[in-house]
Amino acid sequence: MERYEIRLSGSGGQGLILAGKILAEAVAIYDRRNAVQTQSYGPEARGGASRAEVVISDGEIDYPKAMRLDLLLSLTQVSCTKYAGDLKKDGILIVDSEAVTEIPQGDFKVYRTPIMEIAVEQVGKAVVANIVALGIMTAISGVVSEESMEKAILARVPKGTEELNMKAFRMGLETGRSLVAG
Amino acid sequence: MPDRYAGRTMMMQGNQACAEGAMAAGCRFFAGYPITPSSEIAEWLALRFPEVGGKFIQMEDEIGAMGAVIGASLTGVKAMTATSGPGFSLKQENIGYAAMAEVPCVVVDVQRGGPSTGMPTLPSQMDVQQARWGAHGDHGVIALTASSAQETFEQTIRAFNLAETYMMPVLLLLDEIVGHTTERIVIPDWDTVERIDRKQPEVPPDEYLPYRCPEGLIPVLANFGTGYRYNITGLCHNETGFPTNNKQENESLVIRLTEKIVAHRNEIIRLKRMMLDDADIVIFAYGTVARSARQAVMECREQGIKAGLLEATVLWPFPTEEVYALAGSVNAFVVPELNLGQMAREVELAVRCAAPVHRLNRVDGDPITPLQILDAVKEVV
Repeated sequence: MERYEIRLSGSGGQGLILAGKILAEAVAIYDRRNAVQTQSYGPEARGGASRAEVVISDGEIDYPKAMRLDLLLSLTQVSCTKYAGDLKKDGILIVDSEAVTEIPQGDFKVYRTPIMEIAVEQVGKAVVANIVALGIMTAISGVVSEESMEKAILARVPKGTEELNMKAFRMGLETGRSLVAG
Repeated sequence: MPDRYAGRTMMMQGNQACAEGAMAAGCRFFAGYPITPSSEIAEWLALRFPEVGGKFIQMEDEIGAMGAVIGASLTGVKAMTATSGPGFSLKQENIGYAAMAEVPCVVVDVQRGGPSTGMPTLPSQMDVQQARWGAHGDHGVIALTASSAQETFEQTIRAFNLAETYMMPVLLLLDEIVGHTTERIVIPDWDTVERIDRKQPEVPPDEYLPYRCPEGLIPVLANFGTGYRYNITGLCHNETGFPTNNKQENESLVIRLTEKIVAHRNEIIRLKRMMLDDADIVIFAYGTVARSARQAVMECREQGIKAGLLEATVLWPFPTEEVYALAGSVNAFVVPELNLGQMAREVELAVRCAAPVHRLNRVDGDPITPLQILDAVKEVV
């Protein structure tokens, strides 16, 4: 497979860098393909713009950053406006529909869903919004197996939160599947 | 008992790989002061050292941290500190002290944009000349670099081995991208890792002279606390370690501090060569930029452009002869770097006008992309 490039974007504190690491670990350790994860954030501890990138390939990954995105996740309007133009033709844009109301014009598929609201109201905690997003991305992109994602999540999350995170991931999967089904 | 990561395939940041490499090399002391984008090295060692009996201390600042590393090393323990540009500046005084007193240690600089506090979370290669000339006075320098997590692991081990072999501070220059990129790394069983330990005196304490250099250029410093009493100073000293004003003694010491690297350059310098045999254009790159350069070389070849890559994994001593050897048979050099041409200067000096040297520089905090290098090569062609 050629490079598959993913960017997770939003603001600091949303857990996007951790989500990027989990995704890369699922691909590289459990799916046994190559993956590289990088990140970009401002000097602030939280609140500033934050993004994580995951590049997946069956070949060597020399340049580690994304160039033309196959998949963009945006949890803020600012990040969506800034990065939508980096999507490939027929790329996938997934946005939090409460936070992102204006979708830039472009030749890509758009999936809108209230990610933060799902985390708060259906799973019960805002902090798992990143895991909900991973579930949605897994279902829509098909680039990583669900089993590998589950293993990678369980290997990363704090002890005692496994059930909560699995609930978040499955809720994300269901949401993603229904979005694909339209 | 084998270490819990031995033989395992992991996803790790370059910074974690650096910490793991240090532990595999036998490093058991770290003193530092946190600074982005190097902090994960300290964080990881603070977590891991208790498992292997290592000592971690967060000092009051970078100067104190470098001092603690020198003191720890003199007792025989392998010691390291890690920082970024602003901290690297502060450490220079004590790096010079370690160079003068010939105390082995490893200093990691995960480079970010500068000058001053600059761009804390963004990559750069702006400290490569500071690594060579940051501490005042003439002395040889060994500075390594790496472009991936796996290579960072290996280069950290090599840094310790070179420090123990040549009795000096060895610098490891990473950058924000290498430090913060998470990728696959295979951690070997520590028993299979080549580890070099500094020599210890073969004479009894009453016949011992610390700076006698029995084999020519490198002193044998007894571990403090083993019954060998001697003096350590930043002043010019003679074989006894005590200060001197004797002109011959001053001269031979200063020359030896440079000569010990010059004489061993062939053992120290390492280069990676990619498609250079028939190359018309040589890209000279190092660190994170070498990753982009590899991809650019492949794209050049697909387009019928004969480009090759000379990748330096040791920046100092600079591979002057190796660069010059290519100059006669190629049309041009292209030197992409995340600074305004710091190593391009060295390439120009090495090439001695035998071929044009084109610079490609980026200092806005973004990496140099493969496409930028491809375009630069095309322009030259």
